[in-house]
Amino acid sequence: MGILLELFITFFKIGAFSFGGGYAMLPLIEEEVIQVHNWISSTEFIDILAISEMTPGPIAINSATFLGYKVAGVFGSAVATLGVVMPSFIVMSLIFHFVYKFKESPYVDWIFKGIRPVVLGLIASAAVTVAKSTFIDIKSVIIAIVLFFFVTFKKLNPILAIVLAGGLGVLLY
Amino acid sequence: MLWNMFLTFFKIGAFTFGGGYAMIPIIQEEIVEKKKWIDDNEFMDAIALAQASPGPVAVNTSVYCGYKLKGFKGAIACTMGTVLPSFITILIIAIFFFQFRANAIIDQIFMGIRPAVVALIASAVYKMWKKAQYGYDKFAIALGTLLIIVFMDISPIWLVIAGGLGSVIINKLRVKK
Repeated sequence: MGILLELFITFFKIGAFSFGGGYAMLPLIEEEVIQVHNWISSTEFIDILAISEMTPGPIAINSATFLGYKVAGVFGSAVATLGVVMPSFIVMSLIFHFVYKFKESPYVDWIFKGIRPVVLGLIASAAVTVAKSTFIDIKSVIIAIVLFFFVTFKKLNPILAIVLAGGLGVLLY
Repeated sequence: MLWNMFLTFFKIGAFTFGGGYAMIPIIQEEIVEKKKWIDDNEFMDAIALAQASPGPVAVNTSVYCGYKLKGFKGAIACTMGTVLPSFITILIIAIFFFQFRANAIIDQIFMGIRPAVVALIASAVYKMWKKAQYGYDKFAIALGTLLIIVFMDISPIWLVIAGGLGSVIINKLRVKK
């Protein structure tokens, strides 16, 4: 029981104090599970990162599930995953109710109008960041350009595009 | 409806590789374009709030969309949908860890998927951009954000806050006049 509670609290903390999602959460996860609790070694942590890259879903969830299993089996993985999701759930619930309460306020409208172009820039920057580590040769650039064309102008479904891209990977590499 | 929401977010969770922003094109396609559950502006608001809150952006966005569509139960359904595919996959891998590590085919598949993620995100930006029909001022803000994030080590949260605050100040001044 003790270890399950410890897992829950640790991942709750990771969920509650890491902003920006994705890789921005890594330093905190690393500190908690390697330095504070000694649950895994840094080599194992790198393994978890590699697996997270190749599996669907947010990296925080992936590491919570993996570590929870490693420390306390299937129950451990459920508890750690719940812990990491809980703060998101609570904070977003509060925010949602707050935004809805003040929906009619011109301030809320102004805030969102100002934020939207920033969000567009942020998403664009994500494409650039991923491209920097992904465009390793001419083949990868061609895959990206071809898929961009079909998804944007030929209404190819993004999920289908991912499946197709996986097939192209096998063919080309 | 709840079951439908769960399934949709399960699909989103299952095909989101490379974390956070990689799911934006899929959410946009499934929820904004196809099902029309929310519109582009609401979607961008959800992303802004998700970005400014702690925790994974994907989970935050699903909680927000869930509330928007069907309140508390909706939030639970969407969050479960997003989390379960990754939970199940990782659990399976954790149990059979060593069989997974050396597999050439999986490596090749991901050589293909990674550049596709770039294409999908770029395509989502293009579509949102077209629909928003921004003027030069907002184009400058978006481009500025892009350059700052790419070339400087600044947390996106500050830019989100600056965007909101700046807009309030400008509009406040305009109203006074």
